[in-house]
Amino acid sequence: MIRINCPYCGERDHNEFSYGGDATINYPSLDASEKEWTEAIFFRKNIKGFQFETWHHSNGCRMWLVVERSTVTHEIKSVKPCHPDLQKVVKNNK
Amino acid sequence: MKTRRIDNYGKINRDKILSFRWDKKNYKGFEGDTLASALLANNIGIVGRSFKYHRPRGIFSSGVEESGALVTIGSKDRRDPNVRATTQELYNGLEASGQNAFPNVNFDLAGINNYLGRFFAAGFYYKTFMGIPPLEWGKGTAIWMFFEKFIRKAAGMGSASGLPDPDTYEHAHDFCDLIVVGSGPAGVAAAIEAAEKKLDVILVEQDSLIGGNQLAENDFDNSQIKNQLENLGIKIMTRTTAFGLYDNCVVGLLERVTDHISAPNVNIPRQRFWTIRAKHIIVGAGAIERHIAFNNNDIPGVMTVNASKHYLNRYGVLTGKRIVIATNNDSVYETAHQLSEAGANVTVLDSRTNFEIETNKSFEIRKGYVPYNINGSKKIDSLDISKSETINKSETIDCDQVLLSGGWSPAVHLLSHRGVKPKWDYNNACFLPSDTKENITMVGSSRGLWNKNDCIASGIAGTTDALNRLGISKTNYFFPKPGGWKNPIQPLYEVKYKKSRSKSFVDYQHDVTTDDVRLAHREGFISVEHLKRYTTLGMANDQGKMGNIIGLSLMAELLNKEIPEVGTTVFRPPYTPVSIGALSGRNVGKHFRPLRVTPMHQWNIDHGAKMIEVGLYQRPWYYPKENETLSDSYIREASTVRKTVGICDVTSLGKIAIQGPGSTEFLNRIYSNGFSKLQVGKARYGIMLRDDGIVMDDGTSWRLAENEYFMTTSTGEAAKVMSWLEELLQTRWTDLNVNVTSVSEQWAGVSIAGPKSREVLNNCVDDSLVITNNKLPFMGVTSTFLKGNIPCRIARISFSGELAFEVYVKSDFANTMMDLLWENAKKYDGCLYGLEALGALRVEKGHVTAAELDGRVTIDDAGLSKMASTKKSYIGSAMRKRGVLKNNDREILVGFFPTNLKETFNAGTIVCEKNNIKGQGIGRITSVTYSPELGHWIGIGFVKGGLDKWKDTTLVGADPVRNKQMNLKVVSPHMIDPKGERMYA
Repeated sequence: MIRINCPYCGERDHNEFSYGGDATINYPSLDASEKEWTEAIFFRKNIKGFQFETWHHSNGCRMWLVVERSTVTHEIKSVKPCHPDLQKVVKNNK
Repeated sequence: MKTRRIDNYGKINRDKILSFRWDKKNYKGFEGDTLASALLANNIGIVGRSFKYHRPRGIFSSGVEESGALVTIGSKDRRDPNVRATTQELYNGLEASGQNAFPNVNFDLAGINNYLGRFFAAGFYYKTFMGIPPLEWGKGTAIWMFFEKFIRKAAGMGSASGLPDPDTYEHAHDFCDLIVVGSGPAGVAAAIEAAEKKLDVILVEQDSLIGGNQLAENDFDNSQIKNQLENLGIKIMTRTTAFGLYDNCVVGLLERVTDHISAPNVNIPRQRFWTIRAKHIIVGAGAIERHIAFNNNDIPGVMTVNASKHYLNRYGVLTGKRIVIATNNDSVYETAHQLSEAGANVTVLDSRTNFEIETNKSFEIRKGYVPYNINGSKKIDSLDISKSETINKSETIDCDQVLLSGGWSPAVHLLSHRGVKPKWDYNNACFLPSDTKENITMVGSSRGLWNKNDCIASGIAGTTDALNRLGISKTNYFFPKPGGWKNPIQPLYEVKYKKSRSKSFVDYQHDVTTDDVRLAHREGFISVEHLKRYTTLGMANDQGKMGNIIGLSLMAELLNKEIPEVGTTVFRPPYTPVSIGALSGRNVGKHFRPLRVTPMHQWNIDHGAKMIEVGLYQRPWYYPKENETLSDSYIREASTVRKTVGICDVTSLGKIAIQGPGSTEFLNRIYSNGFSKLQVGKARYGIMLRDDGIVMDDGTSWRLAENEYFMTTSTGEAAKVMSWLEELLQTRWTDLNVNVTSVSEQWAGVSIAGPKSREVLNNCVDDSLVITNNKLPFMGVTSTFLKGNIPCRIARISFSGELAFEVYVKSDFANTMMDLLWENAKKYDGCLYGLEALGALRVEKGHVTAAELDGRVTIDDAGLSKMASTKKSYIGSAMRKRGVLKNNDREILVGFFPTNLKETFNAGTIVCEKNNIKGQGIGRITSVTYSPELGHWIGIGFVKGGLDKWKDTTLVGADPVRNKQMNLKVVSPHMIDPKGERMYA
């Protein structure tokens, strides 16, 4: 079982969370071309090792998180809120 | 029948006699016995029949590795098949029987299979029934399917009762700093060391007693150890198996709470399924003694040496009178000595020629000798032995028992669960655990240590390793070197001797012989993973704990390779079988999944509703009057709505509060249609697309104030839409000042539909002026009060196509609202209507739901192109016409009538062109209903090219599952009031 250290709730089982996806995508603006959107949503790297991915603490504080996780060992290096303002709040509380 | 129990031996409680039944006969044992020890004490040698050949089988071991004594415990709904008699504790009244035999294990008719053995070699069934001519020409599968049930019946183990399980099971959770698996000398030393260093420790032991293999020693007493562990505050869990290791030091445990009790308290669960989250894991799981492959090495009376020691010293059972021990290592000599002291005549055959061992000469040692054939069928008559270099018939020893020790295999299983491959150790002829970066440390004989003092030292070293890795200490430590015998082991896996129709078993439980391994090699199945699957070696529920290494060594020899080059298969959880009941825990019956009900659930039931599950929700399905059937009822309800008025609970819709200055911009980005000009006091139907341009969900959003909206979503997509909105706001549009809150549980909602709905509502609101056609036009929204000062939100929204309103009140007022509305609706001959009538009304109007919006449909496919704004960009706008989504022959939403209006059809019907009825056709019917308005069956669905292409052509609806076929007419999906005159009335 993966254990994720939610910055708000603490360390919890992964079944409290829902997997989102690639956290490194820079989504194009809404009026960007079909080509740019295709690149953004269909083309993915299949990373062996650490990758940044989004998780939603759906059965917890409902925060969307960026999780740095190894696809080989499930080791988690870092967890932080996706929203920059929430990142600041978490930092200030620490 | 003579008993094999001997005085002054064993730790059983001889004051407490237990009676039990074996194969319908009564026997006696003692408290502290296992079923296996009690059977042996009662001189019962044959306890089962083998998997394929139905050969008589006895008890091979004294632990979890048992591959012969698999029995059925209990009867009726408590029948538990394939239980290892060696780990089943005896209790008063225990009922057990042998398996895979008819009429019984002593005389089994299918024993003939033993003589047909050459037909049952590895791969026999596949070759015979699935591949060879003439069956291979497309008929093999059908023939296999026909024969399979007979084959499965003939081969196999015990059978389940087929009745609901009367026992309860529990899921439990715990946390600790250190979990120690195994309570042998290494595990205990590790636990004590850790507890003294103030770690929070759990010690897990699969046996009923702590001590590990020390329980086989005649002078071992665990009471002092137990006291010490308890005084240190260590949580000791006996009868608990660590069946699997998972990521992040999570350990799965199965605790057998009442399996050893004759009449358990019904309030106690039978088993507990534990999830332990530890910071470090120490595994001292011990080692398992191997047998040796040679002819007839499965005759009842064959056992491992260590098992015999257990039976003698723990249970006071002398398993044989004239015992031959065959070995290749030093571990057997203490046992040989003790067996002869207990009164047995013992001979040791040691395959090694050059070694020194200290004994008291109470038994004979024959250096350089190996066994090569057992004579006997249901019991051992004698053993053929030979000098190990030249196997030929040289000598026969009379004996009644053959004990085998082909070396020891450390139990590396749990580490293997983590993907850590063990490494072969030539000196000790076994796989040893490799190091891992994870916080797991192997100690004791599971890291190849054979001496008690080494095991204790390794336990302390293991805890030091744990403390270092947890950052608590920085202390140097070292593990003792693997091994510990005075003389080196000499590898011995198989004694080859050519004899026709003889069988030399590698895997007892699945009847895999050395010849099967050779056959697999001849036929090219040389990778260990292929070998395993082709021969089923190690695939029985003992998972090859005893025999796997023998199979690997044979393959290595055939390939002229070393064992490490051949490799080993990966062990996967569970280490020993886990019952399905324990996996499901309390999530059975009505607790299988959560149940969601609306606040007027009981009100609905009290008013005659029959309920239906929609996702997790219970929703009213229909409200039958007297003897009405479902179809009578929904037709009446739908007609009433069109004629007068109906009331329907729509609380299960998702409801989201959207607040903040960015709300309008937010909605404008997520909906495909424009929201920027929606006025306060108005609602709008909207469609959301996914990033890739496919429709995600539809619903309405009501503008309650400048910066406040109330959004409804479909019942099924509510959670998904909520997560999606949060994702957008937290990851993509972080500058947008919007807050979203799920308020689904806070509001109760009803739909009031029909020409009389305004009159009904008029009688229910405090101020009837607020819902006039002027004040509340179509898609108007108002916040007002129901009579009795109940605050409510009303929107004039229609799903049925009639004049209709949705009314929401705080959930606490749900019943009051229902009473009020229903009292007034009755005055107009109104009705309560359920989901079935709701479906009929919306199909008549061609409104789509989840049946149509199935994640493959674009906004154009659904005939809602008008809803796709061209004046703005929104989620999915760039992608909705990509690639295949802009093809001309996409399936478009249409309505369907049966050509013969008396005919019916079902959802799921495949739409085809005449004379071309095959495959996926050109479309499908997604929703159907009887239309009370039109007086016949109607449907909506999709067809390639849509209405324009097919409106004058008769198509065919094929429904092969229900064996139906009908002609279809394609019509507009808006089958009633296409201009919406009723809605705007």
